Amino acid sequence: MTALGPRSSLPPAITSDVFRVFRDDGSIDEHTDPQLSNEDLIFIYTHMAQTRRLDERFISLQRQGRVAFHVGSLGEEASIIGSAFALRPADWIFPCYREFGAALMRGFPLQRLVDNVFGNSADVVKGRQMPHHYTHRATGWASISSPVGTQITQAAGYAWGSKIKHEDVVTLVYFGDGSTSSIDFHSGLNFAAVQKVPLVLFCRNNGWAISVPTCRQTASATFAEKGLAYGIPGIRVDGNDALAVFSVTRTAARRAAQGLGPTLIEAITYRMGGHSTSDDPNCYRCSADIEPWAQADPLERLLPVLVAKGIWDKDRDAALYASIDETFKECVAQAEVTPPPSLETMFDDVYEKLPWHLVEQRAELLAGPRPSTGR
Amino acid sequence: MPQLTIVQAINDALKVSMRDDQRIIVLGEDVGKVGGVFRVTAGLQAEFGEDRVIDTPLSENGIVGTAIGLALNGLLPIAEIQFSDFIFPAYDQIINELAKYRYRSGGDHSTKVVIRTPVGGGIRGGHYHSQHPEAAFIQVPGLKVLCPSNPYDAKGMLLAAIEDPDPILFLEPKRVYRAAKGEVPEGSYTVPLESARIVREGSDVTVVAYGAMVYEALDAAKRASDEGVECEVIDLRTLWPVDIAMILQSVKKTGRIVVVHEAPRTGGFAGELITLVAEKAFFHLEAPPARVTGFDTPFPYALEMEYLPLSHRILPVVLQTARA
Repeated sequence: MTALGPRSSLPPAITSDVFRVFRDDGSIDEHTDPQLSNEDLIFIYTHMAQTRRLDERFISLQRQGRVAFHVGSLGEEASIIGSAFALRPADWIFPCYREFGAALMRGFPLQRLVDNVFGNSADVVKGRQMPHHYTHRATGWASISSPVGTQITQAAGYAWGSKIKHEDVVTLVYFGDGSTSSIDFHSGLNFAAVQKVPLVLFCRNNGWAISVPTCRQTASATFAEKGLAYGIPGIRVDGNDALAVFSVTRTAARRAAQGLGPTLIEAITYRMGGHSTSDDPNCYRCSADIEPWAQADPLERLLPVLVAKGIWDKDRDAALYASIDETFKECVAQAEVTPPPSLETMFDDVYEKLPWHLVEQRAELLAGPRPSTGR
Repeated sequence: MPQLTIVQAINDALKVSMRDDQRIIVLGEDVGKVGGVFRVTAGLQAEFGEDRVIDTPLSENGIVGTAIGLALNGLLPIAEIQFSDFIFPAYDQIINELAKYRYRSGGDHSTKVVIRTPVGGGIRGGHYHSQHPEAAFIQVPGLKVLCPSNPYDAKGMLLAAIEDPDPILFLEPKRVYRAAKGEVPEGSYTVPLESARIVREGSDVTVVAYGAMVYEALDAAKRASDEGVECEVIDLRTLWPVDIAMILQSVKKTGRIVVVHEAPRTGGFAGELITLVAEKAFFHLEAPPARVTGFDTPFPYALEMEYLPLSHRILPVVLQTARA
């Protein structure tokens, strides 16, 4: 399918099927290469590596029973880091729930992420939500909820606000293939297009919505073409190609900043792990499904580029992972000795101030018995 | 002082606040060019422009969802849902997102939105233009639910709602949109939220009502007085958080309570109010608490005057409660 819609400065390659920089043989297409600096390449790679490594560490913690839940992004690192890197610090992100790597990249402290997964009193959201439902206003990271798609409409509203205020802020919203079936995909795209807001709609088509494959999610041939119905150009990109993802997102962000309206990006990638630590994907798919995607691992594609340029090597790689492990270990050690949120905090922030009924209920809880078994 | 209808009072509140606060955006279906199907937003687009008064696509989910995004970005959206019967596509955004955003973000964000919507029957609107769905929203922690009955309160409470930092559902009793008239000061003033008002003093029975049913309660109180029973009628004004202190003070005086609401009986707000009274003032009660409500049926078209808890149905319950 082609990317249709109003004219913009999209390079010619986007009008063919899937935008790519890496060829099948691993070489780079010089026509589509965004020609990032060495510094930028290292930055992207190290954050993808961090995302991968932290994923493994969090899963391990969960299997040991030290945290209750983890939702990872194995295999989707290029889609996440490559796209987030295309934004400016003042731009805003409305995440779904898989993008912790991008949150960290934009300045969300790792300690706060670990605290959030432990749900302790140092957690930004005060232990009120499940792990990975954090937020960080200071780095332009909206709040995460579990119902999928709700962030799309909200992101359209946020971008609309930037337009009304004449502020040079682009909003990017992440969502998965499953979310394209939601009511908010429809409302969000519709409002975003009608109001022509500075929004990048980034759909990570990772093949699955828990156990439901994309062929059962839509009868459309692609997700990108859904933009057509709303008057929004849709672009497909190789989601495991960090350079392609960066390039397409940067173009969409520029279009938004220039007042040309929203763009729908479909990043084709694959959820290599389960939906979360509560899901065993072996129930509904087999290793034959996964194998082709293992051949297109986003880290393994990018690493040789850095090595070939002489800006990275095995030793630096080992040192990077060792450093991530060490820092993570310290964060976990601190999180594990940080106490849970105090009882009183359960009643704060329901409203700005406590109304009479919450004052009463708080007193009731504090005066009452504690549960008999520890949880 | 000018005599205004509720429609005019709300319109005035919107104009006064929009002149004062550039953050305010009005959005909804038909609110701009036409000024709303009830003309509540008439003249706003002409004065404040299409950037601040927006005719949206036909999507309640989209109206509330984008309002949340606008609020996160520092604007102050006043969203209209054309009839409260149509609010349900927005229910997820209201209860799972708007009401919970401050709490779930650890106070890092707030989502200050006012959602205005007409409620109530008696206008030959049938199932889909007559509902009074407050119970579905009172049960959601994080929302404030308001329902003024008269023009003075409507303007003052809307101005207070705009100043209040929390997300608010502002229910407008459409049956008395134009029937209720009253003196409304010009310029800016507020009516405190979470504060009920005694609209008729009495010492025999406490009658609690809100919205259009306040007038029915007052009519029943007049007829009860002819039979020697003096009602104290309370207009709740804010449904949640309710002014429990005023209700209890009255019940301690009268020992008897009747709650009136249009919404269906089961799971309705009267159940909550009566339970609160039972918990806090049981030994002051001299008769079983009573409620006069809509029936547990969808709101009927032809028989709406039989369905509504009007004066003729309130009176016998008041008398029975007084004489028990």
